[in-house]
Amino acid sequence: MSEPMLKVEGVQAKYGDFIAVHSASLDVPQGKIVSVIGANGAGKSTLMDTIAGIHKASAGKVYFKGEDITNLPAEKIVTRGLSLVPQGSRCFIRMTVEDNLIMGSFPKNARAGVKDTLDMVYTLFPVLKEKRNDLSGSLSGGQRQMVAVGRALMTKPELILFDEISLGLAPTIIKDIYATIKKINKDTGLTIVLVEQDTKRAIKTGEISHVMLKGNVVLSGNSAELGEEEIKKAYFGI
Amino acid sequence: MQIVISGILLGGIYALLGVGMTMIFGIVKLTNLAHGEFVIIGSYLSTILAKAMGVSPIWSLIITVPLLFVVGIVLQYGLINRVMLKGSEPALLVTFGLSIILQDAMLLLFSADAQHANISFIKNIFGRENISLPGGLYVSILDVLILIISLVTIGVLTIFLRKTYLGKSIRATSDDTQAASLMGVSVKKTYAIAMGIAMATAAIAGMCVAMRWTFYPSSGGSYLLIAFGVVVIGGMGSIPGTLVAGLIFGIAQVAGGANYGMLISYIILIAMLAIRPQGLFSK
Repeated sequence: MSEPMLKVEGVQAKYGDFIAVHSASLDVPQGKIVSVIGANGAGKSTLMDTIAGIHKASAGKVYFKGEDITNLPAEKIVTRGLSLVPQGSRCFIRMTVEDNLIMGSFPKNARAGVKDTLDMVYTLFPVLKEKRNDLSGSLSGGQRQMVAVGRALMTKPELILFDEISLGLAPTIIKDIYATIKKINKDTGLTIVLVEQDTKRAIKTGEISHVMLKGNVVLSGNSAELGEEEIKKAYFGI
Repeated sequence: MQIVISGILLGGIYALLGVGMTMIFGIVKLTNLAHGEFVIIGSYLSTILAKAMGVSPIWSLIITVPLLFVVGIVLQYGLINRVMLKGSEPALLVTFGLSIILQDAMLLLFSADAQHANISFIKNIFGRENISLPGGLYVSILDVLILIISLVTIGVLTIFLRKTYLGKSIRATSDDTQAASLMGVSVKKTYAIAMGIAMATAAIAGMCVAMRWTFYPSSGGSYLLIAFGVVVIGGMGSIPGTLVAGLIFGIAQVAGGANYGMLISYIILIAMLAIRPQGLFSK
């Protein structure tokens, strides 16, 4: 593994005067599933938003496929192959399921072969095909999350950031969605970043783990080598 | 019955007045206080162009619609987008200022005299101005024409928003700007296009106003009020809602006649705000 697909160097992000991310650095190698673990308020979501371009970095650099993408607008970043599934799914609730997915193919580079990508998403989530003409606002939380994942896949990404995809979902649905994510990674080699509060699940799914605490990445390494104990210690800051 | 027919015919133009305003309200989340002036600019342009070229006002749309579309894009991109960074109140005030500037500019350019578009083409083509219906009812050809123009405009807009990539991106932006930008949509460009479309509909509405009524540089305010009522009753941002609300407003207006028309319309508006503030067709 030479150059990492995503390289974050000393990124700082603020809301007004409040510093949510102090100085975060992490690498994401190509083709891997990488977990970003941390408690509520550790700065995980802000870091993801900053990488994807919907929040501005006040310091530091973000490199994607070796190119500097720091503070590019979100609509430019997605066309380069980096997609974010934001926290809380954020479906277009007054649009149908299919229109939501079609919106994923809005970037010019994603327009070719829309039908095939759509079929691929429907194969992964058959329930979405059943409900394709329903308004996404009428779906259950789990189904909305599937729409959000499908929509991200429609952008033809090389890297997807999943921001707390399990939030507020029933355990069986979480299991299904995680299985699907693993399958996508295995079948297509898509690089994946999973943001999680649940340490156990994150370690189980992600080969590499980064632990965030109070706006910093405090521990990084191979999940199996680090072990659950050490990761938990870093998580709680003890 | 005559009241309902006349009301529906009047409602078409009301819906057309509201549709541009509701788009800006629903997509840009801005109350555009200059919408009435945009309409009157459309009225002047149509009247003047039709006169200069010796054609019916309808042909003037070939020029006024693209022209105001471009003006809308430039206006949103160059001015309102910038102000919106500072919050929604400054943007509201800018549209208020714009309304005053445009009104005074029109007063300077066109004087305060009453204007009316030349609608002799209707008599020339159809040989008369009204069509009699069975049962002693009648409709004005002009009103039917205006209703058709309104329905076509709203229909085309609806199909555009539902079926095209650009239309879908506009609806997506209206639902969730951040999520839309994650799908590769430039929110600023979308706002600019929305304003362009709103001004294009104002051009069409303006032409209808010029054919239907006399107008002055200061007429914008009363059309803004109508548009606002239609937007509120229809459910801010809903285009089908705008159509229904326009018809309701039209019927109320005709039923109340010259004396009570406006009164009844605004009683409906206030009742609506009290009972169902989200409008008829809102989520």
